[in-house]
Amino acid sequence: MGELIFGIELLITGMLIGLMYSMVALGFVLIYKASSVFNFAQGAMTLFAALTVVGLIPHVGLLWALLIAAVVMCVVAVGAERIVFRPLMGSSQLTIFMGTVGFASILEGASQIMWGTKPRGLQLGIPSEPLKLGEVFVSKPDLISAAIAGLLVIAIVLFFKRTRIGLGLRAIADDPAAAAVVGIPLRRVWAVAWSLAGLIAIASGVLWGSRIGVHFGMSLIALKALPVLIIGGIDSVAGVIVAGLIIGAAEALGEGYIGTYIGGGVQDVMAYVVALLFLMFRPSGLFGQTAIQRL
Amino acid sequence: MLAMAVAAPFLLSEYWIKAILIPTIIFGLSALGLNIVSGYAGLISMGQAAFMALGAFSAVIAYGRFGVPVPLAILLGGTVAALVGVVVGTPSLRIKGLYLMVATLASQFIIIWALQRVPWTGSGSFATLNTPPVRIAGFDFSTPTAKYYLVLVVVAVMTLFGWNLVRSRIGRAWMALREHDIAASIMGVSMLRYKLLAFLVSSFYAGVAGSLVVFGWTGAASVQEYELDVSIKILGMIIIGGLGSVLGSFLGAAFILLLPILIAVAMQRVAALTGGGTVSVDVLANAEHVVFGALILFFLIREPQGLAKLWFGLAGWVDRRTGTFNATKGGRK
Amino acid sequence: MKKAGMWCKAVLAGVAAVAVAVPFAAQAQQYKGEILHPMMVTRTGPFATASTGVTAGQQDYYTLVNMAGGIDGYKIVWEECEFEYKVPRALECYERYKGKWKMVYPNSTPAIFALAERVTKDEVLAINLAGGRSDSSDGETFPYLAPVIANFWAQATSTIAYIGQLEGGMDKLKGKKIAYIHLDNDYGRQPFPMFDELAKKYGFEWKSWALSWPALEQSAAWVDIARRYRADYVVGWLYGQSCAVPYTEIAKVGYPMNKYIGSLWCGTEDDVGPAGPLAKDTVTANFHGVGKDFPVIKEIEAKVYKAGKGNADPARVGSVAYNRGVITGIIIVEAMRNGLKAKGAPLDGKKVRDGYRMIKLDDARLKQLGATGLMPNLVFSEKYHGGMDSQLFQKWDGTKFTTISKWIPPDQAMVQAKIDDSAKAFREQTKAAPAK
Repeated sequence: MGELIFGIELLITGMLIGLMYSMVALGFVLIYKASSVFNFAQGAMTLFAALTVVGLIPHVGLLWALLIAAVVMCVVAVGAERIVFRPLMGSSQLTIFMGTVGFASILEGASQIMWGTKPRGLQLGIPSEPLKLGEVFVSKPDLISAAIAGLLVIAIVLFFKRTRIGLGLRAIADDPAAAAVVGIPLRRVWAVAWSLAGLIAIASGVLWGSRIGVHFGMSLIALKALPVLIIGGIDSVAGVIVAGLIIGAAEALGEGYIGTYIGGGVQDVMAYVVALLFLMFRPSGLFGQTAIQRL
Repeated sequence: MLAMAVAAPFLLSEYWIKAILIPTIIFGLSALGLNIVSGYAGLISMGQAAFMALGAFSAVIAYGRFGVPVPLAILLGGTVAALVGVVVGTPSLRIKGLYLMVATLASQFIIIWALQRVPWTGSGSFATLNTPPVRIAGFDFSTPTAKYYLVLVVVAVMTLFGWNLVRSRIGRAWMALREHDIAASIMGVSMLRYKLLAFLVSSFYAGVAGSLVVFGWTGAASVQEYELDVSIKILGMIIIGGLGSVLGSFLGAAFILLLPILIAVAMQRVAALTGGGTVSVDVLANAEHVVFGALILFFLIREPQGLAKLWFGLAGWVDRRTGTFNATKGGRK
Repeated sequence: MKKAGMWCKAVLAGVAAVAVAVPFAAQAQQYKGEILHPMMVTRTGPFATASTGVTAGQQDYYTLVNMAGGIDGYKIVWEECEFEYKVPRALECYERYKGKWKMVYPNSTPAIFALAERVTKDEVLAINLAGGRSDSSDGETFPYLAPVIANFWAQATSTIAYIGQLEGGMDKLKGKKIAYIHLDNDYGRQPFPMFDELAKKYGFEWKSWALSWPALEQSAAWVDIARRYRADYVVGWLYGQSCAVPYTEIAKVGYPMNKYIGSLWCGTEDDVGPAGPLAKDTVTANFHGVGKDFPVIKEIEAKVYKAGKGNADPARVGSVAYNRGVITGIIIVEAMRNGLKAKGAPLDGKKVRDGYRMIKLDDARLKQLGATGLMPNLVFSEKYHGGMDSQLFQKWDGTKFTTISKWIPPDQAMVQAKIDDSAKAFREQTKAAPAK
């Protein structure tokens, strides 16, 4: 196989996975836009969502499992917003960040109490053989996962642009006080944002779960979203997609062309190196607003 | 308080010294360092564990491989961490808040990765370096008490230094930067100088704490002990303990390190009292995380300014009760 | 101010609770006729899966021994200490039960490294089956550490020997390409020197693909291995959740599943299970037999579980992690029994260590214990703390593992030379006090 085809395969693989990072990152962006909180618990929410879906499948089938999990996640997300984050309103952003760390600890403990420690498989029934385009192999599961991730991101963009709640979210992100003054229902908007983040947790949990199995490590997948957030800008939905593609490609090409000469292991570091480079030249990300500085 | 710390080995069992006090004051020192950069200068850093790792490895290599005396090895550990800290801190000149947080988090990953990958660290076959017996000027620091005093002396000196530092002109410059960096720099506080200085001091503290881990606590440097979750824990220590509070750093360290143990022990006791076996051990173990998370939230909601504030509030309350002191310490940080 | 006062009281109460509760921590007492055996366990977090199985297997075996009257009349009473696979918590556990340990088994290589100094000082043996320090096979240099079965170097050479067998002889390895995909840590790097020497000896080529923990995303490495390097075999040295990841990647790049051979730490049902039928035909190493078809496992089912005294979900009995626990239990009980016999009650760490060094699990003894075929023969001494053992290889049929090979021995001479070298280096590193 020629080097060129190898390069193309790496690039495609990387970009498809990059879209899946984008999806995880989207959960962070939503909450950040709505309440300027860096939600460390997004990973734990993903774990909790995936375990709930997989735990329910044997009883009710995939479709119902997804629907029930959606309800559960909305309840969890809204509940967290109400019991945990509303009382912390007005505290420093670092305090709220710590609150999400505490919330993550609760969710992680609760998931293992409810569903045990056994890793489970999640088969979505997508054929696993690669699609052969000439000499280039493309993975069907990756393609479909990336497509779902992409659609979801577009849906969220439309939601922001076209719906009242979405507009409200943008207004709150710009200036919460002003938004409240003009009568945007802050609480309802927050509830919606948190619930959406819960739904994204389900999507990422299920799609990642079908790749790597559903187990405790899922909460670590969220870390992969952080470099995406730097490059894309934490308040930009569109930026997240582009950044995901960049990170995915950089990881794959870095591993294939640099890693292979120094014994591998550069994939994860690559993402952070690229992110740091971006920080030096475009501190607020590709599409982020320069005004956002404080945490 | 210092008197209590000095007397501790005579009052407490070896378990308290080795398993509770030593790790608490070591991590308290590291948290104090983080508090300088984050609490006083307002720059968030999520790489404190990586700086500890740098200190730990530098110190154990200097002592074990080159025979550098222990006090110098500890200083060296701090210095290496401090130099890297300045480099890591450079993005802080342009970015703040969340972006800075993720930038330092990137450094956390890159530093740990490098420590594992550079063969010179000796992590080629085992990613763990054991220290030879710790000896200073012929005296053997092998007993828990000796190790405790070694750690205590270093921590006390550095805490005192930090205490004075944050009250000096430098400390005021940091706080000015924290409140409004552009305004501060217009008023003549050099952003470049003071921000980098904050990172330098902060990572120096972490590096020293890392070398104390090796010489005073575990006896080994191992990258697994300095992963990201440790950085987040140290950040948690200063948030729970109180941003911009020297005492809070140590209170926070105690909270984050000891509370899980306490919860686990308490639940085990309660389960044993109820005859055991009624609740599965798995549920019990995981409930520890639920309770720990809930307690973090509880404290954050009740006292968002940290344990230090509670502590001074307590002191004020005791004073009022005993009628010795008509204090308004409650509001002091 | 009133509010502040209230909170202060709450804090006071909290402090008082700490002061009261913690000293009670190590209250566990060893009563007459009992052997108190503290156990380090991991029931929470990412490493809970395997640990819960191994822990339950040990406890079930102790229960079986107790039901038959104990060890010479002494009942084993265990108490758990949760440490989450984290080093600081492991140290705390160790101190909490200090002086009460009979044998320390954290099932965590990082914990073993951190505990090494303390157990040596306190004279308690710390073991880690098929893990820990590979050079601790040398009992003279490491009097209180032991890898017990199949250290990492033995595993590496045995796995290459198995590939040689598949090819029809070690000479057939000439010119073959072996890809080595592994976690980028001390565990994953231990086979390096063995692979280098074996490659020289047999003329094959090998290349490393390192993955950073937690290694949940491996696609680029697999595209490289299968599509550019075109490896003849892939040896995997992963752990925990990363074990389940390769299978979707292997299917994706169209690599033959049966050419991927996982290390024994990826050889439990929980490691491959999530991939389910997708992983069919994949092979992993193991250091013991799988399934329930051993007298001792059947006895546990018949006696312990029938009496409702089981410590695991009955469905886990006979699983890989569970059987590992039973084997560990057998070894620990054997060491205790030898220690009691030779040095008398009450048992302490040193006596159990001495008992460990007298372990002689030969064919006859294994038959008595009902463990024939479950574990290899183990004969230890002051000089030899185990580790030079053979591996079995097992195939995944989509739902369970079946053993498909005989015991495949390691390259004894090569592993012994490495143990000697490494132990010597350790002695030089730690013994010699620095010049000043």
